[in-house]
Amino acid sequence: METHELIKALAADSRRTGVPMNAAWWGAVFAAVVIAATVFFVLLGPRSDIASAAQTLRFLFKFVVTITLAASAFALLRMLSRPDMDPRGPLRFLAIAPALILAGVLIELAVVPAETWSSRLVGTNSLVCLTFIPLIGIGPLALLLLALRHGAPSHPALAGAMAGLVAGGIAATLYASHCTDDSPLFVATWYTIAIAILALLGALAGRRVARW
Amino acid sequence: MDGVDEGSLARLFRAALDGDERAYGDFLHETARLVRAWARRRAFGGPDPEDIVQETLLAIHIKRHTWRCDGPVTPWLYAIARHKLVDALRRQGRHSQVEIGEVEDRLAAEETETIRDWEIGRALETLTPGQRSVVTAISVEGRTIAEAARSLDMNETAVRVALHRGLAAIARRFGRD
Repeated sequence: METHELIKALAADSRRTGVPMNAAWWGAVFAAVVIAATVFFVLLGPRSDIASAAQTLRFLFKFVVTITLAASAFALLRMLSRPDMDPRGPLRFLAIAPALILAGVLIELAVVPAETWSSRLVGTNSLVCLTFIPLIGIGPLALLLLALRHGAPSHPALAGAMAGLVAGGIAATLYASHCTDDSPLFVATWYTIAIAILALLGALAGRRVARW
Repeated sequence: MDGVDEGSLARLFRAALDGDERAYGDFLHETARLVRAWARRRAFGGPDPEDIVQETLLAIHIKRHTWRCDGPVTPWLYAIARHKLVDALRRQGRHSQVEIGEVEDRLAAEETETIRDWEIGRALETLTPGQRSVVTAISVEGRTIAEAARSLDMNETAVRVALHRGLAAIARRFGRD
């Protein structure tokens, strides 16, 4: 088939355009939150003392970090789903959430006695955290990868990892309302590992799913 | 139609996305010209530039919803072309043992101006018979949707669906072995 012949066929097919990327992304993220929340409320649910916990800075700080991560990774994911986006500039926004948690860790180390550091870091829920953040996040990750497949990422593995960070951010936000380990030392360690698992899964899956 | 600038190319594409078939055809011809010149400079001795052109046009078609209508169009076009060129080079790397012979054959073929069988021909063969006859009628035979419907004894909606699915399948199959 000659190129001018191919063009005739493409022009004749001009009526059916795909769903716009903005609609695809907001639809995917809405469905992702619904699925994550459903899994969370069925399997875990919020902690019983959530009302009094919400009066403490440490508890609230967890949400600042996880929501910042989810939002910044989502903004990047949307950019990465288009072929002509150069991710190098915007990638630095991804440093906001780690910078926040690092600041939280430093403050925690300054204000609590050194002999409680290790018990605060180890906590009591590390295995629950490592199990349930990936479990809550896996459905959202699948949905976000579907939306990514609809796009045309020039860096599919990076974009897949970003989808994993968004899914991890959503899952961690929900999980944070269940977990009684509020120390930034705990969050910086176990949340990071759990979210990294999803990012790794996303990167591996992205290379296959988001090929085009 | 030489040297269409960014502004008019974006205007053509915008009209095309609003359903103007003729504008879409003009846009694709202009894009093919740009990508051909671009690919010839980069794919020498490598993949056939015309394969890159065709694969890029198909990708543009399938992924045209990823263009931001308020942004420039040429960076988007070349990003897709680059993605497809890298893909083609990677594929060729996997089959590099035949590279030299293949290139010599191709150069010989180009000298004798024989009709080349591009990758798209191979992708076309993998379609269902129904899709293939619709795609062929509209592309190679140059029929309109209505003419194709009459000659194939189908209704126009069925022709449109078969064309759409056929092109999507070609884009998926392109260059994969």
